[in-house]
Amino acid sequence: MDFVSFLIQVLNSLQYGLLLFLVASGLTLVFGIMGIINLAHGSFYMIGAYLAFALTSMTGNLMLSIALGVPLAFAFGALLEWLLFSHLYKRDHLEQVLLTYGLILIFEELRSLAVGDDVHGVAIPAIFSASIPLSDNLSYPVYRLVISVVCLALAGGLYYLIQRTRLGMMIRAGSHDRDMVKALGIDINVLYRTVFALGVALAALAGMLAAPISSVYPGMGSSVLIISFVIVVIGGVGSVWGALVAALLIGFADTFGKVLLPDLAGLMVYLVMAVVLLWRPEGIFRKG
Amino acid sequence: MNDMSMLKVNEVALAAPAAAADTREMLLEAIGLHTYYGSSHILHGVNFNIRKGEALGLMGRNGMGKTTLIRTMLGFLTPKAGGVLVRGQRMTGGPTHKIARLGIAYVPEGRGIFPNLTVKENLIMAARAGVEGQREWTFERVMATFPRLSERLTNGGGQLSGGEQQMLTIGRALMTNPDLLILDEATEGLAPLIVREIWRVIREIRDSGIATVVVDKNHAAVTAVTDRSMILVKGQVVFDGPSEEVRNNPELIQKHLGV
Repeated sequence: MDFVSFLIQVLNSLQYGLLLFLVASGLTLVFGIMGIINLAHGSFYMIGAYLAFALTSMTGNLMLSIALGVPLAFAFGALLEWLLFSHLYKRDHLEQVLLTYGLILIFEELRSLAVGDDVHGVAIPAIFSASIPLSDNLSYPVYRLVISVVCLALAGGLYYLIQRTRLGMMIRAGSHDRDMVKALGIDINVLYRTVFALGVALAALAGMLAAPISSVYPGMGSSVLIISFVIVVIGGVGSVWGALVAALLIGFADTFGKVLLPDLAGLMVYLVMAVVLLWRPEGIFRKG
Repeated sequence: MNDMSMLKVNEVALAAPAAAADTREMLLEAIGLHTYYGSSHILHGVNFNIRKGEALGLMGRNGMGKTTLIRTMLGFLTPKAGGVLVRGQRMTGGPTHKIARLGIAYVPEGRGIFPNLTVKENLIMAARAGVEGQREWTFERVMATFPRLSERLTNGGGQLSGGEQQMLTIGRALMTNPDLLILDEATEGLAPLIVREIWRVIREIRDSGIATVVVDKNHAAVTAVTDRSMILVKGQVVFDGPSEEVRNNPELIQKHLGV
């Protein structure tokens, strides 16, 4: 592999890993703080992608669609938490899995009813449609760089929110001792609803950003869900920074696995997970 | 327990505040609480009340229901019978955060700091104005009250010694600018020097006008800092009166509190 191809694969790994981080960060927060195993989390990615498709069909502009779609996804997440997930906190994991698996089926069926089962494409916004030439015959699409930059900015924002703001302190405190948080006068229900809605909005945003490069297709949530769980486990349940490191690790393993060991490509991700878990059974970062 | 003895106890408990003709605002009141843990009946018709600025000692041997009483009044537990009034509002069974927002702060047994937050974060996450908008307890004032904490601001809460953790829990409770502070076994398991420090702070809090409920094994210390004392035996109030009476009654102490 020459340097330019290598560089392209590095950029692809970063872009893929960072996009996965958006999905996995919400999953790990909801799992780590509220103790909910949410199998429907991948559906929010799918819903985001279809939302991008539907809104872009109407507005003709992906960026405008994202600006509209993210608040919609946040509100949808808050509604879902209020309606369904808030009743799950005291239930055991089997019941959580049953409900959230049922939600996957419902969301897929609703998607099928609303937009059908066809594969759709979403146009890259015109201003990002160019490619940067890297050699005579290789170039790198600007839009993929934009995804990486947006994801990095969001990771930074998430870091700031969780480490530096009072809301973040309450979220971290709530993951340790919810009774004490309540006794300090903080409404834990509002806190949980906010975290859940944030997770939904991030997953949906990942789907919206990915829509132009991966296209929009039925079942697109399930593959992302499985990879996201791998990331949560590798990173350490509840750790957003673990999720970031693990997502990048998976991004590189998957991308380079496909290039260097095409026969084992499907296995690479799980191989990485096995190795990490042998080394650190609780994940790279422990809950904190 | 038969019904007659329960009735008698309730009458005694209800008579006390009326006799004092106290006009200060009632902060927290419990009437006829019966609380269960699963099938075990812990509280047998407990009456409790504390007014603004009052300092109350809550005593009794282990397992007599002190913590259950507190946790019921804070809305963590829902009583099978009886009610909880916070500033005259019905708050039986919670929600706990609303009870806290009515000016009730809690320092739980076994502390309850957040070890995954720094000392500073533990304090500022709790900061809030009191019910009447008072902001007397600021970060700076907590630092002045607990100088030891100011040297450890960036440490994780879990890295503190037991005494420092206790100071942090009290400091954090004060950051909510409460009108009532409930301290459940605040000195338990601490070195004598630290215990003295904690009692000094409790007196300081009491003198600043915050009502306090103090639960502690050291009845001499409790009766010294409080005006009124309550003694719980097997989930019933067997004494509710001036702390002085407990102090001067070795028989009462021997019977209900002695080890």
